[in-house]
Amino acid sequence: MTVLAVLFVVAVLLFVIEMLRRQKIREKYAVLWIVIGLASLLLAAFPDLLIWAARLAGVQVPSNLLFAIAVILLMGVSLHLSREVSASEDEIRALAEEVAILRADLRDVQEQLPIDPQSHPMP
Amino acid sequence: MTPRPRAKTLVIMPAWNEAESVASTVREVLAYAPPCDVLVVDDGSTDGTARIAAEAGARVIRLPFNMGVGGAMRTGFKYALLHGYDQAIQVDADGQHDPREIKRVLEGLSEADIVIGSRFEDRAEYEVKGPRKWAMVVLGGVLSKISGTRLTDVTSGFRAANRRAIRQYVAHYPAEYLGDTIDSLVVAVRSGCKVAQVPVNMRPRQGGTPSHHPLKAAVYLVRSGLALVFALTRKKSSPVGD
Repeated sequence: MTVLAVLFVVAVLLFVIEMLRRQKIREKYAVLWIVIGLASLLLAAFPDLLIWAARLAGVQVPSNLLFAIAVILLMGVSLHLSREVSASEDEIRALAEEVAILRADLRDVQEQLPIDPQSHPMP
Repeated sequence: MTPRPRAKTLVIMPAWNEAESVASTVREVLAYAPPCDVLVVDDGSTDGTARIAAEAGARVIRLPFNMGVGGAMRTGFKYALLHGYDQAIQVDADGQHDPREIKRVLEGLSEADIVIGSRFEDRAEYEVKGPRKWAMVVLGGVLSKISGTRLTDVTSGFRAANRRAIRQYVAHYPAEYLGDTIDSLVVAVRSGCKVAQVPVNMRPRQGGTPSHHPLKAAVYLVRSGLALVFALTRKKSSPVGD
């Protein structure tokens, strides 16, 4: 069971690192997953760590501690993503506004220039 | 540039699938308003709004996707700022805002940075009931308090802005629900803009009717309350430079 858990975590870590290498994921998001992966690796390799931590935290069933940590972490991750998506959306909107204004201005300029509009059609 | 005898005015008209009414509204503005340019901001329409508006004599900006009234208006204010307009006024494409009243609203700018054309007060020919009415009373009360002047129709989109207010709007004009009316106004006031209201006649909308479904009205009440609370807790924003 321990071997299986370790293998799984290593696979996930390798996947994240490969995405990072191929620039499919930005460093700021990858770091979080690598940290989570390394912590899971530690727990998978030394299951006694969890039992020790549960006793320390006063949690009777060790797996409940794991679940609680997982829920909190995932909540944090999704909040972070919501925030990042909102920021991206604001940036997209600002760009769309700029593009729309520039396109209108460009059309004005083109109409004033002595070029054949057919050879430079506006979309 | 040669000096102009009068203020350069931009009428900003956000339009989303308003092909039926936009042409007549543009023509009316050009006919009855003081000399001005009309800018129709086509908010991702799928009908012929942009073409029809251009044929009617408006300048047209086409947004690549639908961004709501807030996004369309911010685009309009950016355009006004970039092209050196001294004042801008929002006029809805659906014909609800009477173009004959534009002059009156713009004249209010001699004493304030933002002027709201309001449909209540002395010239009331318009009636709202239920939760919608309470929301307007509460919003009006709170905004009157922070602006130091009596405002009764703060969700009216019929509003004019001078150069200072345009700069303020470009810096802060949120796309959220009611961001174009409540939020932008609250932050503008807190950032030092002076607000005034001018009573105007509103016309019935050419298409569509405001909803009177109790559930929708309740949702409106909650959302407008939230928008107000968020706006009141926001920091001041400094207007962008030229």
